[in-house]
Amino acid sequence: MHKTEIVTEPGQPTVEIRREFDAPRELVFRAHVDPALIAQWLGPRRLTTRIDRLEVRDGGRWRFVHVDEDGTEYGFRGVYHGEPSVDGIVQTWEYEGAPGAVSLEYATFTEVEGRTLLRNFAVYRSVADRDAMVASGMADGVEQGMERLTALLATQTANV
Amino acid sequence: MPDGGEVVDGGDDTGLDAVFRALADPTRRAILHRLKAGEATVAALAAPFAMSQPAVSKHLRVLEEAGLITRSRRGTARLSHLDAAPLRAAATWLAEYRDYWAESHDRLAALLATPAHRTNLSPPHGPEPPERT
Repeated sequence: MHKTEIVTEPGQPTVEIRREFDAPRELVFRAHVDPALIAQWLGPRRLTTRIDRLEVRDGGRWRFVHVDEDGTEYGFRGVYHGEPSVDGIVQTWEYEGAPGAVSLEYATFTEVEGRTLLRNFAVYRSVADRDAMVASGMADGVEQGMERLTALLATQTANV
Repeated sequence: MPDGGEVVDGGDDTGLDAVFRALADPTRRAILHRLKAGEATVAALAAPFAMSQPAVSKHLRVLEEAGLITRSRRGTARLSHLDAAPLRAAATWLAEYRDYWAESHDRLAALLATPAHRTNLSPPHGPEPPERT
């Protein structure tokens, strides 16, 4: 199975999330703009996802809510810029728990030999905002950062 | 919130922000790595780097403010100790973001692989985009 990659650059308030899918790009795109489909994949399985609003058009607004096991709700909202299409989706993205820390997100769907590379490039207001959201100020990427941390934690936990 | 790594946020700064700012520097990560082996003096921590002791002390202050190390005195020596608790919180947070997208994309891949979805390009739900002319 393909893996999700999360790429960050030191000192840049950006994040790129990449993933390849064994499906044509029309299908991958549709899974991003059909509320019935979005609710089936967006977020971890332990959360349920409710799509409150999804106006798939230039200037259209969207809002969805992740609901925790104990009923706690986490709301997200944004606005489409330009007509969302298989050539790309441009939108703002805001976690309602951190109002004002709005990111600008560019999703593209590149098809090669029946497989689709999804790239979601997000730009935050500042590196601090990005780090608060992504927590990835690890200079050399989340993967290595995680490996280092995991190794460090394993040692420490063993000592406690 | 002002831009730039060295600018300290206002009162609502979370401990996690400080931890990630502290971890964003390779020298500070190397210092933490060294402290896994046990407490160390400033001189011992400075030894592997082409760096003065005051420069290392500056890094140690950032780590201390983030709660990643504690410091004590033994005679004239100033010792640094690793405190893993904030790292554990940071690792949890980081794992959550990565897991969020990895799990979402795994679910999307499974959804895309279902025959029903492949054959049904026009699902019945949801608002339709405006007609293109």
